[in-house]
Order: sequence, then structure tokens, then C-alpha cells
Amino acid sequence: MAEYRLKTPLTDEDVEKLKAGDIVYLTGTIYTARDAAHKRLVDLIEKGEELPFDLKGSVIYFVGPTPPKPGEPIGSAGPTTSYRMDSYSPILIEHGQKGMIGKGKRNEAVKEACKKYKAVYFGATGGAGALLAQRIKKAEVIAYPELGPEAIRRLEVEDFPVVVVNDCYGNDLYEQGRKEWENLS
Amino acid sequence: MRVVKYDEIVKSIRDMIIYSTTHLAPDMLEALKKAYENEKSEVSRAVLAQLLENAEIAQKEWKPLCQDTGLAIYFVKVGEDVRVEGGSLKEAIYEGTKKGYEEGYLRASTCDCFTRANLKDKAGYNLPPIIYFDLVPGDKIEIEYAAKGGGSENVSRATVLAPAQGKPGIKEFVKKVVSDAGPNPCPPLVVGVGIGGSFDMAAVMSKHALFRSIGTPNPDPEMAEFEEELKKELNKLGIGAMGMGGTQTVLAVHIETYENRMCHIASLPVAVNIQCHSSRHSHITI
Repeated sequence: MAEYRLKTPLTDEDVEKLKAGDIVYLTGTIYTARDAAHKRLVDLIEKGEELPFDLKGSVIYFVGPTPPKPGEPIGSAGPTTSYRMDSYSPILIEHGQKGMIGKGKRNEAVKEACKKYKAVYFGATGGAGALLAQRIKKAEVIAYPELGPEAIRRLEVEDFPVVVVNDCYGNDLYEQGRKEWENLS
Repeated sequence: MRVVKYDEIVKSIRDMIIYSTTHLAPDMLEALKKAYENEKSEVSRAVLAQLLENAEIAQKEWKPLCQDTGLAIYFVKVGEDVRVEGGSLKEAIYEGTKKGYEEGYLRASTCDCFTRANLKDKAGYNLPPIIYFDLVPGDKIEIEYAAKGGGSENVSRATVLAPAQGKPGIKEFVKKVVSDAGPNPCPPLVVGVGIGGSFDMAAVMSKHALFRSIGTPNPDPEMAEFEEELKKELNKLGIGAMGMGGTQTVLAVHIETYENRMCHIASLPVAVNIQCHSSRHSHITI
């Protein structure tokens, strides 16, 4: 289990060194999107239209934050369950996305896309929304404000703590962890 | 007949919502600390440490523990000798909910089933809540509240077993629900199990079981023993905190049965309602 500090956007070399179980601290720009925003991004790709941000090397955080109090960049901001993005993520990965941050299991198509196009799925701690918000220094809605908490935001993060769940070699931390600890309590 | 003012109920509910979504309940905090001490897996311990730190930050800043501030769920016991002046009790709960969520900077998470449009402009901010009313003797109004997130609701299940399946069948069902859920509902979990009554009553009881303070066993010794047995069994699954592998998958199992274990002669209804580690629950008596 290694520990890395990485800057976004991510490159193939960044992704290649990561293994399931590694702890990563991300710094730089990341984007937020949940299922409603994912659907719109995939629709744009299918129509050949321009996306609201550059997908190349991008990291997308699956989050619908609480509204910020006056003076705060963002409210509470922990990850949402990722399977709802499973039907969209492979298309975005094919078009350059390198990282996803969420919680919970992904399907085979997402894991395959991670292998084929070198991408990685990070897990952040669900229910640690107050703690994770402290690592978000700036937040700005850049698309679909009508979606409210589900709008696309550009976030500037510093040392945002995540764990590699699915790497680009087909490893899965949830499966490994469970196998290791089964019947040991 | 005792009279309670509408505005008093609205304010009590508003305050309860804002407090309990930012301050982890003492029973949960204690359970998480214990899980941290007992967890053998390094990665799960790191997650639990983050959760304890998160609770501290949330409390200090009055910031929501989790961004999913849930549907507002209420179990309300209304005394037969009390009435509300200035509006209905149901309206007061609606208004208190709206105020609590809006003024507390909590997330409005209610939406239309089909268009998926947020209901904050149509029905009201995070409205409607889910309310279960019960009529009891006395002149008090007792309101239990929980902010119930979507991730753990999504993996909850109900079934009606054949009577012959008995306790082993219940155990198998509960185990399958928690096992299939894996990392998705944000373990370590509280598992609410409703047994008996009817199909729908089992589900309601499984939800109400989550309102019970952790560390308080079922008053029926046999059910208390069954709770411990299930907890032990579930912790063998190895899921761990946030599903990263570990020994602390379940903080508690809470069983509720209907009217001292009653059900139909043909049925054995069982429901499992899963609660994430961010169990935000509270109660007030007016």
C-alpha cells in the first residue's frame, strides 16, 4: 500500500503507478457531476458537441453538496454511490477522462474501460462531507445550474484524500479487502 | 385538553433538524470509537479515524456531517388529550422540516419520481417528509426524527418467508442483504430488522428499529440474543469500513417485532432497513 501526492490533470504515467489500496492526495482542478449531469455530457459527446470542460486527464467527483453558508466555497461534500454513473463513465473514459471519485462498487464495463484506456476509480470516505469540504478551496458552477446540487462545478482541491479502488490492471479493492478479512472478526 | 401552539412545534422541529444533522448522536459517536479500537484492518481504521475527525469538524462548524441530509422521517406519538392551536400537527411538521432544511443550509433531496426534477420549488424545500402517526394515551406529543440518506435506503429489502424457514431463514435473508450491499451503503452499519405483522408493517418496524439508541438491546431476551448472533455473523463478512475490508462491518443489529412477535399463521414477514454510519436521529417531547 503506497501513498502518492498527485496533481490534476492526470496522465497515463500517473495512472500506471497506482494500485488498488494505494492512498492518494489529489491537488488541482476536479469537476463534479452526478447521474443527471453525466447523461447530459454523454448526450453532447454523441451529438459531437463541445463539453463544458476539457475531459482530457480530468477527474470527476460524484458529489451533490449541501448549499454553502455565506463565505464558504462549498457545503458538506462527500461522495455519492457510484453505480448510478456506470452506464456513462466508460464513454467519458474513452474520451479522455482519467479519474473518478465516488463510493461503492462499479460494474465490469467501467473496470474494463479503466484497463483499456488507463483510468482509475478512487473511493472517498462516504459520510465524511464536513472533512472533505475542508480540502476544497474553491467551487464554481460551470454548467447546468438548474440541476441545483447536481450541477457541474469546477473545484480547486488541495490534498484531497482518496483510496484507489479500481486500478488500470483490473484489481478491485472491495473484492481484495473482503477476501482478506472474511471470517476474521 | 392540553393546548400546544403550532409555532412551538415548528420551531422545535427546525432546531432538532439543524442540530442533529451537524452533531453526531452520542450513541453513534461511542459506537464509532469502539469500532475504531476494535478494527484490525489498517485501511478500515484509517476510514474510521476520518469519520471521527469529520464528526468533530461538523460539530465545531455546524456543518452537515454528510451532504445527503436525507428525507426527513418522523415517527409521531400524539396523546389523546392534546390538541394543536394555530394549524394542524401535520402542517407544523411540514413547515418545521422546510425551515430546518432551508435555514440550516441542508440539501433539498426530494424529487419527482419520473422527471427527477427537484421538488424545492414545487412542493417546498425538501418536502414532503415521511410521517408515521400513532395515537397514544396522555397529553404529550412525542416526535422522533431521522435524516435518512439514499445510499442506505437503496440496498434495503423486504420479503415474506415461509413460516418453516424460521430464525435460520431470517438470518440467511439479513446476511444476503448486507452481503449484496457491500460497500455501497457506507458501512459500518446499523441494521434494522422488522419481523412479523404484515409485509408493510415489517418494513415500517425495520425503519423504526434504526431510531433506537445503540447499546440498548431488544427488551425481549430471546430477540436481544438474536441481535447479537446476527451482528457476530454479519461481522464475519469482512466488508469493513466503506467496504475496504475489515472486521467492523456492523455496529449494531436492532430487531423490532409486531405486538410481541405477532404475525399471520401463513406468513413470516421480514424487512431489513440499512442505516449508514452517519445515523442522524433525535427526538423531542412537547
